[in-house]
Amino acid sequence: MRIGVVTFPGSLDDGDARRAVRLAGAEPVALWHADADLHGVDAVVLPGGFSYGDYLRCGAIASFAPVMTEVVAAAGRGVPVLGICNGFQVLCESHLLPGALVRNEAQKFICTDQRLLVENADTAWTSALTAGTEITVPLKNGEGGFVADTETLDRLEGEGRVVFRYVGPNPNGSLRGIAGITNERGNVVGLMPHPEHAVEEGFGPTTDGLALFTSVLTAGLAAVGA
Amino acid sequence: MSATTSGHQAGRLDTVSRAEATPEREQPWAALGLKSDEYDRIREILGRRPTGAELAMYSVMWSEHCSYKSSKVHLKVFGDHLTDAMKTSLMVGIGENAGVVDIGHDWAVTFKVESHNHPSFVEPYQGAATGVGGIIRDIMAMGARPIAVMDSLRFGAIDHPDTARVVPGVVSGVGGYGNCIGLPNIGGEVVFDPSYQGNPLVNALCVGAMKHADVHLANARGVGNLVVLFGARTGGDGIGGVSVLASETFEDSGPSKRPAVQVGDPFQEKVLIECCLDLFSADLVEGIQDLGGAGLSCATSELASAGDGGMLVHLDRVPLRDPSLSPEEILMSESQERMMAVVTPANIDAFLAVTAKWDVEAAVLGEVTDGDHLVVQWHGETVVDVPPRTVAHDGPVYERPYARPASQDALQADVPTAERLARPGTDEELRALLLRMVASPNLCSRAWVTDQYDRYVMGGTALATPDDAGVVRVDEETGLGVALSLDGNGRYAKLDPRTGAQLALVEAYRNVSAAGATPLAVTDCLNFGSPEDPGVMWQFAEAVRGLAVGCEALGVPVTGGNVSLYNQTGDQGLDSAVLPTPVIGVLGVLDDVRRRTPSGWKVAGQNLYLLGTTREEFGGSEWAWAEHGHLGGMPPAVDFAAEALLGDVLVQCSRDGLVDAAHDLSDGGLAQALVESVLRYGVGARVWLDELLERDGVDLFTALFSESTARAVVAVPREEEVRFTDMCTARGLAHLRIGVSDAEPGQEPVLDVQGRFSVRLAELSAAHTGTLPKHFG
Repeated sequence: MRIGVVTFPGSLDDGDARRAVRLAGAEPVALWHADADLHGVDAVVLPGGFSYGDYLRCGAIASFAPVMTEVVAAAGRGVPVLGICNGFQVLCESHLLPGALVRNEAQKFICTDQRLLVENADTAWTSALTAGTEITVPLKNGEGGFVADTETLDRLEGEGRVVFRYVGPNPNGSLRGIAGITNERGNVVGLMPHPEHAVEEGFGPTTDGLALFTSVLTAGLAAVGA
Repeated sequence: MSATTSGHQAGRLDTVSRAEATPEREQPWAALGLKSDEYDRIREILGRRPTGAELAMYSVMWSEHCSYKSSKVHLKVFGDHLTDAMKTSLMVGIGENAGVVDIGHDWAVTFKVESHNHPSFVEPYQGAATGVGGIIRDIMAMGARPIAVMDSLRFGAIDHPDTARVVPGVVSGVGGYGNCIGLPNIGGEVVFDPSYQGNPLVNALCVGAMKHADVHLANARGVGNLVVLFGARTGGDGIGGVSVLASETFEDSGPSKRPAVQVGDPFQEKVLIECCLDLFSADLVEGIQDLGGAGLSCATSELASAGDGGMLVHLDRVPLRDPSLSPEEILMSESQERMMAVVTPANIDAFLAVTAKWDVEAAVLGEVTDGDHLVVQWHGETVVDVPPRTVAHDGPVYERPYARPASQDALQADVPTAERLARPGTDEELRALLLRMVASPNLCSRAWVTDQYDRYVMGGTALATPDDAGVVRVDEETGLGVALSLDGNGRYAKLDPRTGAQLALVEAYRNVSAAGATPLAVTDCLNFGSPEDPGVMWQFAEAVRGLAVGCEALGVPVTGGNVSLYNQTGDQGLDSAVLPTPVIGVLGVLDDVRRRTPSGWKVAGQNLYLLGTTREEFGGSEWAWAEHGHLGGMPPAVDFAAEALLGDVLVQCSRDGLVDAAHDLSDGGLAQALVESVLRYGVGARVWLDELLERDGVDLFTALFSESTARAVVAVPREEEVRFTDMCTARGLAHLRIGVSDAEPGQEPVLDVQGRFSVRLAELSAAHTGTLPKHFG
């Protein structure tokens, strides 16, 4: 299985995402922002970072990158897409996911080991996890407060599309403590915390994050088969 | 700048021929920070008056910051104490952008710490941010991929109103730049002391890694090779920052210096890093230099000076943000995120293709020539024609007078004895003291700061603050990596600069060893007051000598660093200077970073051993300062043999898996180490110190708070205890079981000093973590 990891100028965690893919047993494929071609990958990761410096709204410029046209089309075909941190922001700006990410409530960048409640283990990226359990992975962002209108929040909750929720004090002011969400189909997932920084013993607080990357091995093949 | 640009504004370019024709023209050398004898020397070198552009170049390059004119004569002592053994792992030593150390397996690392003190006071966010950006470019200029940063920060009194302005700005500047560029921040220091009120110290360290073959040097060789400027456009920011900011003392009056601070763009630098690494891997670069302080003046003159010919630069080809800039301003601009490369004509198209891929602007400014002069032209007219060595390397050298201050004897005689400073008597007083100490400004948790820094990016961080040292992986295949610690103690150095510098060195050495790494090399940032004060110069000279002797004793060479002088407000001599603050970074190597030793224990039932010997040493201690505002006596004694032995044992413990945790003892003594260790993973401890009191002949207060050196606490798994104690005995290292890690199921974890007092971890944690948020939000 081949999983593409997009590098935008200013992407920072692209190398870590490729490492996580490799440790999960898949083949990482580096995708370039200016290249409108997914090179036949079975799934796509949009990594963390500060794409194009995030000098406009976070992820706003990246959503117009040539590669994103292909990512949006692939997501429509059911190809699994994971957006982490800046990648989540790009997914929201691309309207693959609802809502937006705003500056942390405390107005400061935060880097911490974050407990998360897994609420939906039926997505392409969480099938190897168990709903109702907790994982701990790093959280590091300056603009990680998830916001959406009440109707959207209610719909996300009602349709079980909240994938991860913060446990303990709300780290960034996200509405209803939402850390990650999915689309209706369950193939696109975005989250602020960084599972790719928790995939290897000795580096990062746990290896809980690896499950997201192993989840997609089965989901991705199913999508390709379909 | 009005002075230097007057000729330009009048529409009359100050060319070399014009300078020859108008020898008597008045020049603003004093406003540019030059002394009259320095100006005379420039005229002597050139055999005429300098042009405005030449004067700009000489003034910035001969500033204290760039030329080391006051410190040079003392820094030579490092060479005197460099033994052959110390050179074995040294691939590039002092003098290049940063030193390079061989860490084995064909890997090399380069690291350096540098100050950005004055800009950070004027404009805390940008000053700190560009300090980080600047040191990263130094590392890139060696051919390395930067892999981590650290920062050593010193501020005024924690409750002073201006500290509340400077701290959040500096911290968010360090974080804003480092987080956005994608380098893990793995450690450093935060210290508060009133002496830094008008002069915060912002020292930033970067470490990079490369294969041996990728080491690059800053020189312009090969006649006909092209000189390329790439990265950000050149603007009006930071003009004169070097000469104005780094060489003058802050005073309340005088013109505003705000515009002299540079503005950073970390995104541009991130792209520049990736672009440079692509250029290096395609072998498209002959020589490379970053643009930092003194901008193009520095880059062109240093490249040409270190090369084998001359250089011709067409200054009008420099891409500008502000087209109205004069040649002098372009030469002096400190616009960030710029690099200069020397490229063969055959490679230039490939070079420009790489920069285009990364949307990095590049301009071929000129070429290496067969002459021996650096010639700069502006629209075809020569505005600079100088021997580059006279600009870059042969600046003025001062033998500044230095003398031990008359007040030093009284300071050292004011020993904090039990009679001089009240000490706690009862167990209850000791308990209360412990809680006050762990909440004091210099011992409280740094999480408020470090939680604003990304420590995980790049996925190679094996340890970071609050552990003793930061540890990052270099080679994913083998796990080979490095440990780094950055330490300093201005109070120790004030009491005795020579010992103070050595204490900073041994603490960093101990921290790196405690993490399980073999110490290899040293970088230093020497922050002092005005060199024109003989007392300050004495502090400097003593500290440098102490450091050089210490490095020789421990067998670790200084590979590079930075001197920052004029850290003072006002002209009250020594009294208006900052505490003399040598900040020392030690780099160590681990064959496999997964073997690193964390600073806290994770499980109950492990035996806690104290390594080393405790003496009554409170001179310059955190206790004397925090509790009594006292600074006097002599700092703790340094014992290099004891440090080397302790370091050896700690490294062996890591290699053989004999300990699960190790924490060095330094500021705040044993009490602080125990508190940090129990809070690291929330596993408590029961300790008994009666045997220690008897063996070392000290009381409980001294056992807990003395700052004797060459000590550490380790947690030993029961199955390793025999091997561990046998090794300590065989090596002759004092070791004493002082307790056990403890977590009773169903009970709240505590730190219990048996028979004396007990504190719940929740209470300790609240005290320890509350201080910085209380002051800074």
